[in-house]
Amino acid sequence: MAEVQLKGVTKTFGPDVALNNVTMTIPDGSFVVLLGPTGAGKTTTLRMVSGLDKPDTGQVSIGGRDMAGLTPAQRNVAMVFQQYSLYPHLTVRQNLEFPLKSPLLKTPQADIDRKVEETAEILQISHKLNNKATALSGGEMQRVSIGRALVRDPSVYLMDEPLSSLDAKLRADLRVELKSIQADSGATLLYVTHDQIEAMTMATHVGVLDNGSLVQFGAPREIYENPVSIYAASRLGQPRINVLPADIFGGAPSGALNIGLRPEQIIQGEGEDSFVQRVEHLGDQTRLHLTFKSHDIITVTDAHTELKSGDIVQIRPHNPFYFDASGARLA
Amino acid sequence: MSFSVTEPTKGTKWFAGVLVVGYALITIAPLLWIIATGFKSGPDSIAYPPKVFFEPSMEGYVNLFTDRTRATQDMLEAAGEPKTWYDKIAREQGTIINGPSRYGERFLNSVIIGFGSTALCMILGTAAAYAFSRFRVPLKDDLLFFILSTRMMPPIAVAIPIFLMFRQLGLNDTHLGMILLYTAVNLSLSVWLLKGFIDEIPIEYEEAALIDGYTRFQAFYKVVLPQAATGIASTAIFCLIFAWNEYAFAVLLTSGTAQTAPPFIPTIIGVGGKDWPAVAAGATIFLLPVMVFTILLRKHLLRGITFGAVRK
Repeated sequence: MAEVQLKGVTKTFGPDVALNNVTMTIPDGSFVVLLGPTGAGKTTTLRMVSGLDKPDTGQVSIGGRDMAGLTPAQRNVAMVFQQYSLYPHLTVRQNLEFPLKSPLLKTPQADIDRKVEETAEILQISHKLNNKATALSGGEMQRVSIGRALVRDPSVYLMDEPLSSLDAKLRADLRVELKSIQADSGATLLYVTHDQIEAMTMATHVGVLDNGSLVQFGAPREIYENPVSIYAASRLGQPRINVLPADIFGGAPSGALNIGLRPEQIIQGEGEDSFVQRVEHLGDQTRLHLTFKSHDIITVTDAHTELKSGDIVQIRPHNPFYFDASGARLA
Repeated sequence: MSFSVTEPTKGTKWFAGVLVVGYALITIAPLLWIIATGFKSGPDSIAYPPKVFFEPSMEGYVNLFTDRTRATQDMLEAAGEPKTWYDKIAREQGTIINGPSRYGERFLNSVIIGFGSTALCMILGTAAAYAFSRFRVPLKDDLLFFILSTRMMPPIAVAIPIFLMFRQLGLNDTHLGMILLYTAVNLSLSVWLLKGFIDEIPIEYEEAALIDGYTRFQAFYKVVLPQAATGIASTAIFCLIFAWNEYAFAVLLTSGTAQTAPPFIPTIIGVGGKDWPAVAAGATIFLLPVMVFTILLRKHLLRGITFGAVRK
């Protein structure tokens, strides 16, 4: 396992800038989650590290070694593709064996068998080992695809939304499993997801990408509690942060255009009146959709609240975030 | 009964069935006639009205494979009793067998040239198609168009320059010359067809193989090739059929050593006119290899493009 470094990496595809001067250090043994909407450059970052694409400018190094000119095989990285990319002419077992049999590893057959069995066990696909890769459900394909990376012991694991097509229960299981595999083996893992629960639960670090630029990099709690911009603040937290005109409650610092309020930054029962539009009981929490001075606010309240639509509830901000005209956070 | 918009009704099925059977009959009828003629006697083969029912005879096949001379009654008596069944058939026609005919050699030439050029065409075609499909080839579209344009004129239009070229290079009437020529003619077709098939194979498979520790060539060999098998098989059939049936070039550029079966079959002259049963027998045997080849590769043809394990 190794530290991965990107230095000033820029990649363009024709007129589109996929990555813009990204500099990031993925410490050895860390679990780094890249967050951002489609087109933010998450997958491109993975492809830069893997060597499937080459940066226009900038440098990628793994374990302190510059990777320029090295093939994916020489970089010894394992990757889980978003589209699974299982070899359709092979069985599940052959798919899992494939990386171990590569000229790079040339694993003895006994070791191959052991590793394949172990991995299949973890991913709950042991009973499917002799199936054709095409004769699987989407979730099973995705697990085989994860397995094909896990059988190896690479310098870094790259995973592109590996849990996206699993059902909720399996996803939760594998989240725990992946995290414990990573923690036990001390593997370095670079992980792309849309799912903020995955980001919050598994990541040691989160990188927030916006249009090819890395806007914030840090521990998930740091990004949640101390976002650098509206954009970074919106990546984490459910319900999403509420962004309102800065002076709506008064007392905004100079230069502030917007105020950002996460549910825990809204104190209920004090302050000014707002109207309850809708109450959503989610079981463990209850969401309140409020209208405050003709702005919509979504917040969380007591699971067994008596509030109902049409009620009036007082709210006031508590340690809110203020953002300037460019969306950047004001200290 | 449940109604479904996608399930054909009974009437539609019957209609489709009748169409298919009808079409099959129309295509198969000449073929059956050729096969039947191969087993007719000389007079039966040209009888009018044509005979559908006849007494089968091996005359055509014997004449196809043997070289015979016309014999007088004295000579026939001097030759003694016929030793084999085919001797007997030859004697009944008043001829004596001198030895085997050259049909065997010509047939072998067809096999060598047909399969040789098909194999070469597949190797070059797959490599070129892969490059066109995956790499940033400068002037790609122009090159592809150029390759296709070689197919736009009738091959025979270039026969004379090719003849002159072959004479200079000493390729006239050689196996190598014919293999190269048929490969050149077929290559445009195979590059275009195979490029289509390889385009269909998602590049993600190769990327996965590259990540899994394989080189580009190994990825091609282990991942792309098995999936292109269907395309390669059907392209190979097209190439083989062309090379196997080609007549014009073969007539012009081969005369002896490398002559293929198509120019040879019409030269089979019988006693007092064309020996139609022998010609039909030659044609029947000539049809077999392509048929066998197609049947062997049928699985690939019918399987079509595999649904990959790539989520789109």
